[in-house]
Amino acid sequence: MKQRGILVRDFSHYYGETRSLNNINLDVYRNEILGIIGPARSGKSTFLACLNRLNDLIPGSRVEGKILVDDQDIYGPEVDVVALRRKLGMVFATPVPLPLTIYENIVFGVRLLGNNNRRELDRIVEDSLEKAGLWAEVKDRLHTSALKLSGGQQQRLCIARVLALKPQYIMLDEPTSGLDPISTMKIEDSLRTLKKDYTIILVTNNTKQAARVADRTAFFLMGELVEIDETPVVFTRPSDKRTEAYLEGKFG
Amino acid sequence: MGGHLRLQPRTEQRVVQFFMYLMTSIAVLVLVFILVVILKNGLPQLNLEFLTKNPADMGREGGILSTIVATIFLTFIALLVATPLGVGTAIYLTEYTVESRITRIIRFGAECLAGIPSIIFGLFGFILFVNKLKFGWSILSGGLTLAFMVLPTIIRTSEEAIKAVPSAYRLVSFSLGSTRWQTVTRVVLPSAIPGIVTGVILSIGRSIGETAAVIFTAGSALRMPTSLFSSSRTMSVHFYILAKEGVSMPKAYGTAAVLVISILVINIVTYYLMEKYIKRKS
Repeated sequence: MKQRGILVRDFSHYYGETRSLNNINLDVYRNEILGIIGPARSGKSTFLACLNRLNDLIPGSRVEGKILVDDQDIYGPEVDVVALRRKLGMVFATPVPLPLTIYENIVFGVRLLGNNNRRELDRIVEDSLEKAGLWAEVKDRLHTSALKLSGGQQQRLCIARVLALKPQYIMLDEPTSGLDPISTMKIEDSLRTLKKDYTIILVTNNTKQAARVADRTAFFLMGELVEIDETPVVFTRPSDKRTEAYLEGKFG
Repeated sequence: MGGHLRLQPRTEQRVVQFFMYLMTSIAVLVLVFILVVILKNGLPQLNLEFLTKNPADMGREGGILSTIVATIFLTFIALLVATPLGVGTAIYLTEYTVESRITRIIRFGAECLAGIPSIIFGLFGFILFVNKLKFGWSILSGGLTLAFMVLPTIIRTSEEAIKAVPSAYRLVSFSLGSTRWQTVTRVVLPSAIPGIVTGVILSIGRSIGETAAVIFTAGSALRMPTSLFSSSRTMSVHFYILAKEGVSMPKAYGTAAVLVISILVINIVTYYLMEKYIKRKS
Protein backbone atom coordinates (compact mmCIF):
# COMPACT_ATOMS: atom_id res chain seq x y z
CA MET A 1 0.00 0.00 0.00
CA LYS A 2 1.37 3.37 -0.97
CA GLN A 3 1.84 6.00 1.70
CA ARG A 4 -0.45 8.97 1.53
CA GLY A 5 1.18 12.40 1.86
CA ILE A 6 -1.67 14.79 1.22
CA LEU A 7 -5.34 14.18 1.98
CA VAL A 8 -7.96 16.53 0.60
CA ARG A 9 -11.41 16.13 2.12
CA ASP A 10 -14.64 17.91 1.12
CA PHE A 11 -12.58 20.91 0.16
CA SER A 12 -14.14 23.99 -1.42
CA HIS A 13 -12.63 27.37 -2.18
CA TYR A 14 -14.30 30.71 -2.84
CA TYR A 15 -13.17 34.02 -4.29
CA GLY A 16 -15.71 36.30 -2.66
CA GLU A 17 -19.05 34.81 -3.69
CA THR A 18 -17.66 32.81 -6.60
CA ARG A 19 -16.94 29.17 -5.87
CA SER A 20 -13.73 28.16 -7.61
CA LEU A 21 -13.32 24.66 -6.13
CA ASN A 22 -16.28 22.49 -5.26
CA ASN A 23 -16.05 19.65 -2.77
CA ILE A 24 -12.73 18.15 -3.81
CA ASN A 25 -11.70 14.77 -2.39
CA LEU A 26 -8.36 13.28 -3.36
CA ASP A 27 -5.12 11.82 -2.00
CA VAL A 28 -1.58 12.42 -3.12
CA TYR A 29 0.79 9.47 -2.60
CA ARG A 30 4.40 9.88 -1.64
CA ASN A 31 6.96 9.80 -4.45
CA GLU A 32 4.41 9.86 -7.22
CA ILE A 33 3.86 12.35 -9.96
CA LEU A 34 0.23 13.38 -9.84
CA GLY A 35 -0.82 15.04 -13.05
CA ILE A 36 -3.73 17.49 -12.95
CA ILE A 37 -5.35 18.24 -16.27
CA GLY A 38 -8.37 20.28 -17.25
CA PRO A 39 -9.37 23.28 -19.35
CA ALA A 40 -8.63 26.88 -18.39
CA ARG A 41 -10.49 28.10 -15.30
CA SER A 42 -11.13 24.58 -14.07
CA GLY A 43 -9.55 25.34 -10.69
CA LYS A 44 -6.20 23.57 -11.20
CA SER A 45 -4.03 26.55 -10.28
CA THR A 46 -6.33 27.54 -7.42
CA PHE A 47 -5.97 24.02 -6.08
CA LEU A 48 -2.17 24.36 -5.97
CA ALA A 49 -2.45 27.79 -4.33
CA CYS A 50 -4.68 26.24 -1.66
CA LEU A 51 -2.10 23.53 -0.92
CA ASN A 52 0.61 26.02 0.09
CA ARG A 53 -1.80 28.78 1.11
CA LEU A 54 -0.64 31.29 -1.47
CA ASN A 55 -4.39 31.90 -1.82
CA ASP A 56 -4.13 33.73 1.52
CA LEU A 57 -2.65 36.65 -0.41
CA ILE A 58 -5.80 37.16 -2.43
CA PRO A 59 -8.40 39.33 -0.68
CA GLY A 60 -11.75 37.60 -0.36
CA SER A 61 -10.30 34.11 -0.54
CA ARG A 62 -12.15 31.59 1.67
CA VAL A 63 -12.03 27.82 2.14
CA GLU A 64 -14.24 25.02 3.46
CA GLY A 65 -13.28 21.44 4.28
CA LYS A 66 -9.88 20.06 5.11
CA ILE A 67 -6.45 19.54 3.65
CA LEU A 68 -4.00 17.39 5.59
CA VAL A 69 -0.33 17.50 4.65
CA ASP A 70 1.70 14.86 6.52
CA ASP A 71 -1.24 14.56 8.95
CA GLN A 72 -1.29 18.29 9.68
CA ASP A 73 -4.44 20.32 9.00
CA ILE A 74 -2.90 23.16 6.99
CA TYR A 75 -5.82 25.49 7.69
CA GLY A 76 -5.59 24.84 11.41
CA PRO A 77 -4.77 27.68 13.80
CA GLU A 78 -1.29 26.38 14.71
CA VAL A 79 0.04 26.26 11.17
CA ASP A 80 3.30 27.98 10.31
CA VAL A 81 2.48 29.16 6.79
CA VAL A 82 6.09 30.05 6.00
CA ALA A 83 7.22 26.52 6.88
CA LEU A 84 4.32 25.08 4.88
CA ARG A 85 5.41 26.98 1.77
CA ARG A 86 8.92 25.60 2.14
CA LYS A 87 7.55 22.10 2.43
CA LEU A 88 5.45 22.48 -0.73
CA GLY A 89 7.73 24.20 -3.23
CA MET A 90 6.02 25.93 -6.13
CA VAL A 91 7.09 26.46 -9.73
CA PHE A 92 4.96 28.90 -11.72
CA ALA A 93 3.86 28.85 -15.35
CA THR A 94 6.01 31.83 -16.31
CA PRO A 95 9.58 31.45 -15.11
CA VAL A 96 10.22 34.33 -12.74
CA PRO A 97 13.88 34.69 -11.81
CA LEU A 98 14.28 37.43 -9.25
CA PRO A 99 16.49 40.29 -10.51
CA LEU A 100 19.55 38.75 -8.85
CA THR A 101 22.42 36.53 -9.93
CA ILE A 102 21.89 32.84 -10.65
CA TYR A 103 23.61 32.05 -7.36
CA GLU A 104 21.53 34.46 -5.29
CA ASN A 105 18.31 33.19 -6.86
CA ILE A 106 19.10 29.66 -5.72
CA VAL A 107 20.05 30.62 -2.17
CA PHE A 108 17.23 33.16 -1.73
CA GLY A 109 15.10 30.83 0.37
CA VAL A 110 18.10 29.47 2.28
CA ARG A 111 19.27 32.93 3.26
CA LEU A 112 15.77 33.72 4.56
CA LEU A 113 16.43 31.17 7.28
CA GLY A 114 19.57 33.05 8.24
CA ASN A 115 21.98 30.53 6.76
CA ASN A 116 24.86 32.50 5.25
CA ASN A 117 27.62 29.92 5.49
CA ARG A 118 29.43 30.34 2.19
CA ARG A 119 30.62 26.76 1.87
CA GLU A 120 27.20 25.36 2.64
CA LEU A 121 25.52 27.75 0.20
CA ASP A 122 28.01 26.76 -2.52
CA ARG A 123 27.14 23.13 -1.96
CA ILE A 124 23.39 23.80 -2.05
CA VAL A 125 23.74 25.76 -5.29
CA GLU A 126 25.69 23.01 -7.03
CA ASP A 127 23.43 20.30 -5.69
CA SER A 128 20.18 22.02 -6.65
CA LEU A 129 21.36 23.03 -10.12
CA GLU A 130 22.66 19.52 -10.71
CA LYS A 131 19.29 18.00 -9.79
CA ALA A 132 17.45 20.46 -12.03
CA GLY A 133 19.81 19.57 -14.88
CA LEU A 134 21.22 23.08 -15.22
CA TRP A 135 24.62 22.86 -13.49
CA ALA A 136 26.71 22.08 -16.58
CA GLU A 137 25.23 25.00 -18.49
CA VAL A 138 25.67 27.70 -15.86
CA LYS A 139 28.51 26.63 -13.57
CA ASP A 140 30.88 29.19 -15.09
CA ARG A 141 28.52 32.12 -14.73
CA LEU A 142 26.85 31.63 -11.39
CA HIS A 143 27.43 35.24 -10.48
CA THR A 144 25.84 36.76 -13.57
CA SER A 145 22.24 37.90 -13.75
CA ALA A 146 19.62 35.17 -13.89
CA LEU A 147 17.60 37.37 -16.24
CA LYS A 148 20.08 36.64 -19.03
CA LEU A 149 19.22 32.91 -19.15
CA SER A 150 16.95 31.50 -21.86
CA GLY A 151 13.31 30.71 -21.00
CA GLY A 152 13.99 26.99 -20.57
CA GLN A 153 17.04 27.64 -18.41
CA GLN A 154 15.08 30.14 -16.32
CA GLN A 155 12.41 27.53 -15.64
CA ARG A 156 15.01 24.96 -14.58
CA LEU A 157 16.54 27.66 -12.39
CA CYS A 158 13.14 28.08 -10.75
CA ILE A 159 12.99 24.33 -10.14
CA ALA A 160 16.51 24.41 -8.65
CA ARG A 161 15.48 27.35 -6.47
CA VAL A 162 12.63 25.28 -5.08
CA LEU A 163 14.90 22.26 -4.54
CA ALA A 164 17.25 24.43 -2.49
CA LEU A 165 14.44 24.80 0.06
CA LYS A 166 14.59 21.02 0.66
CA PRO A 167 10.85 20.66 0.13
CA GLN A 168 8.97 17.38 0.34
CA TYR A 169 6.49 18.27 -2.34
CA ILE A 170 7.07 20.08 -5.61
CA MET A 171 4.07 21.69 -7.27
CA LEU A 172 4.43 22.82 -10.84
CA ASP A 173 1.81 24.99 -12.52
CA GLU A 174 2.03 24.44 -16.28
CA PRO A 175 5.82 24.66 -16.06
CA THR A 176 6.45 24.13 -19.76
CA SER A 177 3.60 26.15 -21.25
CA GLY A 178 5.95 28.78 -22.65
CA LEU A 179 8.83 26.51 -23.60
CA ASP A 180 10.09 24.81 -26.76
CA PRO A 181 9.91 20.99 -27.12
CA ILE A 182 13.56 20.41 -26.20
CA SER A 183 13.38 22.50 -23.02
CA THR A 184 10.11 20.73 -22.21
CA MET A 185 11.77 17.34 -22.62
CA LYS A 186 14.63 18.34 -20.31
CA ILE A 187 12.19 19.40 -17.61
CA GLU A 188 10.14 16.22 -17.97
CA ASP A 189 13.36 14.20 -17.63
CA SER A 190 14.26 16.03 -14.41
CA LEU A 191 10.78 15.36 -13.02
CA ARG A 192 11.14 11.61 -13.58
CA THR A 193 14.45 11.70 -11.68
CA LEU A 194 13.16 13.95 -8.93
CA LYS A 195 10.25 11.70 -8.09
CA LYS A 196 12.62 9.33 -6.28
CA ASP A 197 13.10 11.95 -3.59
CA TYR A 198 10.03 14.15 -3.88
CA THR A 199 6.31 14.00 -4.34
CA ILE A 200 5.33 15.95 -7.43
CA ILE A 201 2.06 17.58 -8.40
CA LEU A 202 2.10 18.66 -12.01
CA VAL A 203 -0.66 20.89 -13.36
CA THR A 204 -0.62 20.90 -17.11
CA ASN A 205 -2.95 21.87 -19.93
CA ASN A 206 -0.98 19.63 -22.22
CA THR A 207 -2.71 16.26 -21.75
CA LYS A 208 0.10 14.46 -23.57
CA GLN A 209 2.51 15.70 -20.93
CA ALA A 210 0.41 14.11 -18.20
CA ALA A 211 0.33 10.89 -20.23
CA ARG A 212 4.13 10.99 -20.54
CA VAL A 213 5.17 11.70 -16.96
CA ALA A 214 2.30 11.36 -14.49
CA ASP A 215 1.78 8.15 -12.49
CA ARG A 216 -1.78 9.14 -11.75
CA THR A 217 -3.89 11.79 -13.40
CA ALA A 218 -6.73 13.90 -12.05
CA PHE A 219 -9.19 15.67 -14.32
CA PHE A 220 -10.62 18.95 -13.09
CA LEU A 221 -13.58 20.66 -14.70
CA MET A 222 -15.26 23.90 -13.56
CA GLY A 223 -13.92 23.56 -10.04
CA GLU A 224 -14.85 19.91 -9.68
CA LEU A 225 -12.73 16.80 -9.63
CA VAL A 226 -14.26 14.65 -12.34
CA GLU A 227 -12.02 11.66 -11.89
CA ILE A 228 -8.63 10.54 -10.64
CA ASP A 229 -6.91 7.25 -11.43
CA GLU A 230 -3.75 5.61 -12.75
CA THR A 231 -2.70 7.58 -15.82
CA PRO A 232 -3.14 4.70 -18.32
CA VAL A 233 -6.65 4.11 -16.98
CA VAL A 234 -7.67 7.74 -17.30
CA PHE A 235 -6.33 7.92 -20.84
CA THR A 236 -7.61 4.60 -22.16
CA ARG A 237 -10.69 3.77 -20.11
CA PRO A 238 -11.92 6.97 -18.47
CA SER A 239 -14.94 6.34 -16.29
CA ASP A 240 -16.58 9.67 -17.01
CA LYS A 241 -17.86 10.84 -20.40
CA ARG A 242 -16.57 14.36 -19.79
CA THR A 243 -13.00 13.08 -19.34
CA GLU A 244 -13.26 11.17 -22.57
CA ALA A 245 -14.62 14.19 -24.39
CA TYR A 246 -11.85 16.42 -23.04
CA LEU A 247 -9.08 13.97 -23.93
CA GLU A 248 -10.47 13.62 -27.44
CA GLY A 249 -10.31 17.39 -27.80
CA LYS A 250 -14.06 17.91 -27.99
CA PHE A 251 -13.79 20.90 -25.67
CA GLY A 252 -11.14 22.71 -23.74
CA MET B 1 -19.58 68.61 -45.92
CA GLY B 2 -17.99 72.01 -45.49
CA GLY B 3 -16.86 74.00 -42.56
CA HIS B 4 -13.87 71.91 -41.65
CA LEU B 5 -10.41 73.02 -42.48
CA ARG B 6 -8.92 70.02 -44.20
CA LEU B 7 -5.18 69.84 -44.64
CA GLN B 8 -3.22 67.41 -46.65
CA PRO B 9 -1.90 64.73 -44.27
CA ARG B 10 1.66 65.68 -45.11
CA THR B 11 1.04 69.38 -44.53
CA GLU B 12 -0.78 68.60 -41.32
CA GLN B 13 2.16 66.52 -40.18
CA ARG B 14 4.49 69.45 -40.86
CA VAL B 15 2.32 71.96 -39.03
CA VAL B 16 2.02 69.70 -35.99
CA GLN B 17 5.73 69.02 -36.01
CA PHE B 18 6.47 72.75 -36.20
CA PHE B 19 4.39 73.49 -33.12
CA MET B 20 5.89 70.55 -31.22
CA TYR B 21 9.38 71.84 -31.92
CA LEU B 22 8.33 75.36 -31.01
CA MET B 23 6.92 74.33 -27.64
CA THR B 24 9.88 72.12 -26.78
CA SER B 25 12.27 74.89 -27.78
CA ILE B 26 10.51 77.41 -25.56
CA ALA B 27 10.88 75.08 -22.58
CA VAL B 28 14.54 74.47 -23.25
CA LEU B 29 15.18 78.15 -24.05
CA VAL B 30 13.81 79.26 -20.69
CA LEU B 31 16.24 76.90 -18.96
CA VAL B 32 19.13 78.09 -21.11
CA PHE B 33 18.21 81.73 -20.51
CA ILE B 34 18.17 81.26 -16.73
CA LEU B 35 21.47 79.40 -16.78
CA VAL B 36 23.13 82.02 -18.98
CA VAL B 37 21.96 84.98 -16.87
CA ILE B 38 22.95 83.34 -13.58
CA LEU B 39 26.27 82.00 -14.74
CA LYS B 40 27.24 85.14 -16.71
CA ASN B 41 26.71 87.30 -13.64
CA GLY B 42 27.66 84.71 -11.04
CA LEU B 43 30.70 82.88 -12.37
CA PRO B 44 33.01 85.94 -12.21
CA GLN B 45 32.27 86.09 -8.46
CA LEU B 46 33.33 82.51 -7.89
CA ASN B 47 36.75 81.80 -6.51
CA LEU B 48 38.21 79.78 -3.67
CA GLU B 49 37.75 82.66 -1.22
CA PHE B 50 34.03 82.90 -2.04
CA LEU B 51 33.56 79.25 -1.17
CA THR B 52 35.81 79.10 1.90
CA LYS B 53 35.22 82.39 3.72
CA ASN B 54 32.26 83.40 5.85
CA PRO B 55 30.22 86.43 4.82
CA ALA B 56 31.37 89.75 6.26
CA ASP B 57 29.69 93.15 6.46
CA MET B 58 26.15 91.71 6.02
CA GLY B 59 27.31 89.80 2.97
CA ARG B 60 28.90 92.68 1.09
CA GLU B 61 32.32 91.16 1.67
CA GLY B 62 33.74 87.69 2.13
CA GLY B 63 32.29 84.42 0.88
CA ILE B 64 29.30 82.23 1.60
CA LEU B 65 30.79 79.29 3.50
CA SER B 66 28.40 79.47 6.47
CA THR B 67 25.38 79.51 4.14
CA ILE B 68 26.68 76.49 2.26
CA VAL B 69 27.14 74.60 5.52
CA ALA B 70 23.68 75.65 6.74
CA THR B 71 22.10 74.52 3.47
CA ILE B 72 23.77 71.12 3.69
CA PHE B 73 22.73 70.57 7.32
CA LEU B 74 19.17 71.69 6.75
CA THR B 75 18.74 69.53 3.68
CA PHE B 76 20.37 66.58 5.42
CA ILE B 77 17.99 66.80 8.39
CA ALA B 78 14.98 67.23 6.12
CA LEU B 79 15.84 64.11 4.14
CA LEU B 80 16.90 62.14 7.22
CA VAL B 81 13.40 62.65 8.62
CA ALA B 82 11.34 62.63 5.44
CA THR B 83 12.87 59.59 3.69
CA PRO B 84 12.05 56.92 6.29
CA LEU B 85 8.65 58.49 6.96
CA GLY B 86 7.79 58.76 3.29
CA VAL B 87 9.11 55.37 2.22
CA GLY B 88 7.48 53.80 5.28
CA THR B 89 4.14 55.35 4.38
CA ALA B 90 4.50 54.17 0.81
CA ILE B 91 5.31 50.62 1.96
CA TYR B 92 2.30 50.66 4.26
CA LEU B 93 -0.02 51.92 1.52
CA THR B 94 1.15 49.46 -1.12
CA GLU B 95 2.18 46.30 0.75
CA TYR B 96 0.38 46.21 4.07
CA THR B 97 -3.16 47.34 3.32
CA VAL B 98 -5.73 46.78 0.66
CA GLU B 99 -7.30 49.78 -1.07
CA SER B 100 -9.86 51.18 1.33
CA ARG B 101 -11.36 54.40 2.59
CA ILE B 102 -8.38 54.81 4.94
CA THR B 103 -5.73 54.48 2.24
CA ARG B 104 -7.67 56.94 0.09
CA ILE B 105 -7.81 59.42 2.97
CA ILE B 106 -4.05 59.08 3.58
CA ARG B 107 -3.33 59.56 -0.09
CA PHE B 108 -5.70 62.52 -0.34
CA GLY B 109 -4.01 64.03 2.72
CA ALA B 110 -0.59 63.68 1.12
CA GLU B 111 -1.86 65.28 -2.10
CA CYS B 112 -3.25 68.22 -0.16
CA LEU B 113 0.01 68.58 1.71
CA ALA B 114 1.77 68.80 -1.65
CA GLY B 115 -0.47 71.66 -2.72
CA ILE B 116 0.12 73.89 0.30
CA PRO B 117 2.26 76.97 -0.45
CA SER B 118 5.68 76.77 1.15
CA ILE B 119 5.17 79.98 3.11
CA ILE B 120 2.32 78.27 4.97
CA PHE B 121 4.74 75.48 5.89
CA GLY B 122 7.03 78.25 7.14
CA LEU B 123 4.26 79.62 9.32
CA PHE B 124 3.41 76.14 10.58
CA GLY B 125 7.06 75.45 11.39
CA PHE B 126 7.35 78.81 13.11
CA ILE B 127 4.36 78.12 15.34
CA LEU B 128 5.15 74.46 16.10
CA PHE B 129 8.93 74.10 16.13
CA VAL B 130 10.18 77.63 16.80
CA ASN B 131 7.60 78.66 19.39
CA LYS B 132 5.68 75.71 20.78
CA LEU B 133 8.56 73.23 20.98
CA LYS B 134 11.01 76.07 21.71
CA PHE B 135 13.61 74.97 19.16
CA GLY B 136 13.92 78.65 18.25
CA TRP B 137 15.11 79.80 14.84
CA SER B 138 17.41 76.91 14.20
CA ILE B 139 18.69 74.32 11.79
CA LEU B 140 16.47 71.79 13.54
CA SER B 141 13.27 73.82 13.10
CA GLY B 142 14.12 74.54 9.47
CA GLY B 143 15.05 70.94 8.71
CA LEU B 144 11.87 69.53 10.25
CA THR B 145 9.73 72.06 8.40
CA LEU B 146 11.37 71.12 5.11
CA ALA B 147 10.87 67.44 5.96
CA PHE B 148 7.10 67.93 6.10
CA MET B 149 7.19 69.98 2.93
CA VAL B 150 8.93 67.29 0.86
CA LEU B 151 7.14 64.35 2.50
CA PRO B 152 4.36 64.15 -0.13
CA THR B 153 6.90 64.02 -2.96
CA ILE B 154 8.72 61.12 -1.32
CA ILE B 155 5.51 59.25 -0.55
CA ARG B 156 4.22 59.68 -4.08
CA THR B 157 7.41 58.72 -5.93
CA SER B 158 8.12 55.79 -3.59
CA GLU B 159 4.59 54.52 -3.99
CA GLU B 160 4.84 54.64 -7.77
CA ALA B 161 8.23 52.90 -7.65
CA ILE B 162 6.94 50.14 -5.36
CA LYS B 163 3.82 49.63 -7.44
CA ALA B 164 5.98 49.19 -10.54
CA VAL B 165 7.70 46.12 -9.05
CA PRO B 166 6.14 43.10 -10.82
CA SER B 167 3.67 41.29 -8.56
CA ALA B 168 5.17 37.99 -9.75
CA TYR B 169 8.30 38.84 -7.73
CA ARG B 170 6.19 39.05 -4.59
CA LEU B 171 4.40 35.79 -5.33
CA VAL B 172 7.71 34.00 -5.93
CA SER B 173 9.17 35.47 -2.76
CA PHE B 174 6.20 34.31 -0.68
CA SER B 175 6.26 30.88 -2.31
CA LEU B 176 9.91 30.52 -1.27
CA GLY B 177 8.86 30.97 2.33
CA SER B 178 9.51 34.62 3.04
CA THR B 179 7.45 36.72 5.38
CA ARG B 180 5.88 39.94 4.18
CA TRP B 181 8.67 42.00 5.70
CA GLN B 182 11.34 39.83 4.07
CA THR B 183 9.54 40.22 0.76
CA VAL B 184 9.54 43.99 1.19
CA THR B 185 13.18 44.31 2.20
CA ARG B 186 14.74 41.67 -0.04
CA VAL B 187 12.66 41.84 -3.19
CA VAL B 188 10.44 44.90 -3.41
CA LEU B 189 12.71 47.68 -2.12
CA PRO B 190 15.85 46.67 -4.06
CA SER B 191 13.80 46.79 -7.26
CA ALA B 192 12.16 50.07 -6.29
CA ILE B 193 15.36 51.87 -5.23
CA PRO B 194 15.93 53.84 -8.46
CA GLY B 195 12.42 55.29 -8.28
CA ILE B 196 12.72 56.07 -4.58
CA VAL B 197 16.05 57.80 -5.12
CA THR B 198 14.49 59.94 -7.82
CA GLY B 199 12.00 61.20 -5.27
CA VAL B 200 14.76 61.88 -2.77
CA ILE B 201 16.73 63.87 -5.36
CA LEU B 202 13.68 65.93 -6.25
CA SER B 203 13.29 66.63 -2.55
CA ILE B 204 16.92 67.62 -2.13
CA GLY B 205 16.47 70.08 -4.97
CA ARG B 206 13.38 71.56 -3.37
CA SER B 207 15.03 71.78 0.04
CA ILE B 208 18.11 73.53 -1.28
CA GLY B 209 16.02 76.00 -3.24
CA GLU B 210 13.39 76.72 -0.58
CA THR B 211 13.30 80.22 0.85
CA ALA B 212 9.93 81.08 2.35
CA ALA B 213 9.63 78.06 4.63
CA VAL B 214 13.21 78.42 5.81
CA ILE B 215 13.39 82.12 6.55
CA PHE B 216 10.59 81.70 9.12
CA THR B 217 12.10 78.68 10.82
CA ALA B 218 15.87 78.70 10.49
CA GLY B 219 16.23 82.44 10.67
CA SER B 220 18.87 84.40 8.81
CA ALA B 221 21.93 84.63 11.06
CA LEU B 222 25.15 84.80 9.09
CA ARG B 223 27.30 83.04 11.66
CA MET B 224 28.69 79.61 11.02
CA PRO B 225 26.20 77.18 12.60
CA THR B 226 27.68 75.33 15.57
CA SER B 227 24.80 73.09 16.63
CA LEU B 228 21.34 71.93 15.63
CA PHE B 229 19.99 74.90 17.54
CA SER B 230 22.00 77.56 15.73
CA SER B 231 20.01 80.09 13.80
CA SER B 232 21.45 80.14 10.33
CA ARG B 233 20.99 81.35 6.79
CA THR B 234 20.82 79.03 3.79
CA MET B 235 22.09 79.96 0.33
CA SER B 236 18.59 80.64 -0.98
CA VAL B 237 17.75 82.91 1.93
CA HIS B 238 21.12 84.61 1.57
CA PHE B 239 20.43 85.26 -2.09
CA TYR B 240 16.97 86.58 -1.30
CA ILE B 241 18.22 89.00 1.34
CA LEU B 242 21.22 90.18 -0.68
CA ALA B 243 19.04 90.87 -3.70
CA LYS B 244 15.92 92.19 -2.04
CA GLU B 245 17.65 94.54 0.34
CA GLY B 246 20.12 95.59 -2.32
CA VAL B 247 23.09 94.57 -0.20
CA SER B 248 25.21 93.29 -3.04
CA MET B 249 23.98 92.10 -6.43
CA PRO B 250 27.35 90.59 -7.43
CA LYS B 251 27.42 88.46 -4.27
CA ALA B 252 23.77 87.52 -4.85
CA TYR B 253 24.59 86.28 -8.34
CA GLY B 254 27.60 84.41 -7.01
CA THR B 255 25.38 82.63 -4.48
CA ALA B 256 22.81 81.82 -7.17
CA ALA B 257 25.53 80.33 -9.37
CA VAL B 258 26.70 78.04 -6.55
CA LEU B 259 23.07 77.00 -5.94
CA VAL B 260 22.37 76.21 -9.56
CA ILE B 261 25.65 74.40 -10.10
CA SER B 262 25.25 72.23 -7.00
CA ILE B 263 21.74 71.17 -8.03
CA LEU B 264 23.01 70.31 -11.51
CA VAL B 265 25.90 68.32 -10.06
CA ILE B 266 23.64 66.40 -7.67
CA ASN B 267 21.32 65.50 -10.53
CA ILE B 268 24.10 64.38 -12.83
CA VAL B 269 25.89 62.30 -10.20
CA THR B 270 22.71 60.55 -9.08
CA TYR B 271 21.66 59.89 -12.63
CA TYR B 272 25.04 58.29 -13.27
CA LEU B 273 24.92 56.18 -10.10
CA MET B 274 21.40 54.96 -10.85
CA GLU B 275 22.39 53.94 -14.37
CA LYS B 276 25.18 51.86 -12.87
CA TYR B 277 22.85 50.36 -10.26
CA ILE B 278 20.25 49.37 -12.85
CA LYS B 279 22.92 47.86 -15.12
CA ARG B 280 24.29 45.80 -12.26
CA LYS B 281 20.82 44.47 -11.44
CA SER B 282 19.94 43.22 -14.91
